[in-house]
Amino acid sequence: MKLDILKIANKKFKSRLIVGTGKYKNMKECAKAIKISGAEIVTVAVRRVNISDKSKPILMDYIDPKKIMYLPNTAGCFTSKDALRTLRLAREIGGWKIVKLEVLGDKKNLFPDMIETLKSTEVLTKEGFKVMVYCNDDPLMCKRLENSGASAIMPLAAPIGSGLGIQNKINIKILRYQTKVPLIIDAGIGQASDAVEAMEMGCDAVLINTAIAKAKNPFLMADAMKYAVQSGRKSYLSGRITPNFLGSPSTTKKGLI
Amino acid sequence: MNKKNKIKIVVNGRLLTVNIKFSLKNLIEKLKIPINKVAIELNEEIVNKKKLNKTYLKNKDKIEIVHFIGGG
Repeated sequence: MKLDILKIANKKFKSRLIVGTGKYKNMKECAKAIKISGAEIVTVAVRRVNISDKSKPILMDYIDPKKIMYLPNTAGCFTSKDALRTLRLAREIGGWKIVKLEVLGDKKNLFPDMIETLKSTEVLTKEGFKVMVYCNDDPLMCKRLENSGASAIMPLAAPIGSGLGIQNKINIKILRYQTKVPLIIDAGIGQASDAVEAMEMGCDAVLINTAIAKAKNPFLMADAMKYAVQSGRKSYLSGRITPNFLGSPSTTKKGLI
Repeated sequence: MNKKNKIKIVVNGRLLTVNIKFSLKNLIEKLKIPINKVAIELNEEIVNKKKLNKTYLKNKDKIEIVHFIGGG
């Protein structure tokens, strides 16, 4: 089999697992879990530097952005204005052009505000950003994002941090059918089987944070997710058998006594 | 202390009093900020890091200094 490479905005990746760096007990645990997961891309957030307590650890001291690609996000932004401001700052920190846009619309369910998301995608694309977009699983809105120049479509499987797995499989299948840029499940993965399922449906990658960070043993879950994504991908590529409601014996009748 | 020689600025939401003719470069040095790991905004406009020494602060200026933290 030829090498199965994931290509996002002309950058190539071997791993199809993207992990978030939030919610870990500390940065050491976060860095170790990421290493085990084999992820080549991690999402990071932009926040104020703590100017009163400089003993606070810095993410870049634990995860080297030269070795693992930082994907700056707009976590916590509820308006296009805030999201744009955040990503322009992120770019300024060190030339980050590939970014993850997420404009939230509701504080409780954390669903994206798709109107603001679409507006932001248009502006950012014009400014030269490569925008990976967190979105709902509505095929029409996803198509509009793609037409606006999104570099990846990242629908939720379920609310952020819920761990509910893929709730709307029909929509994800429609998205798989229509999406030409990478399709990445972002949010809602709870366990390894959810990741396998997403990959078996033909998604190009999955993004996981809470399911790993909040597992009782995050390292073991990071390992499980790594293999789940690989397994699901291989299963998808292998061309599965057609499901059949009747049995079909695995052993020939020839030579039966 | 002569108040005429002082200005008040807000850095990351905190009020600071500094001398007049205080540049952003002076501020970054005073706060011991690792410059290659941050981005700086002055009154909601991103500041080119190469121009910090030429950017002098005025009374009531608002400065934001941000970096990357863990996030999903």
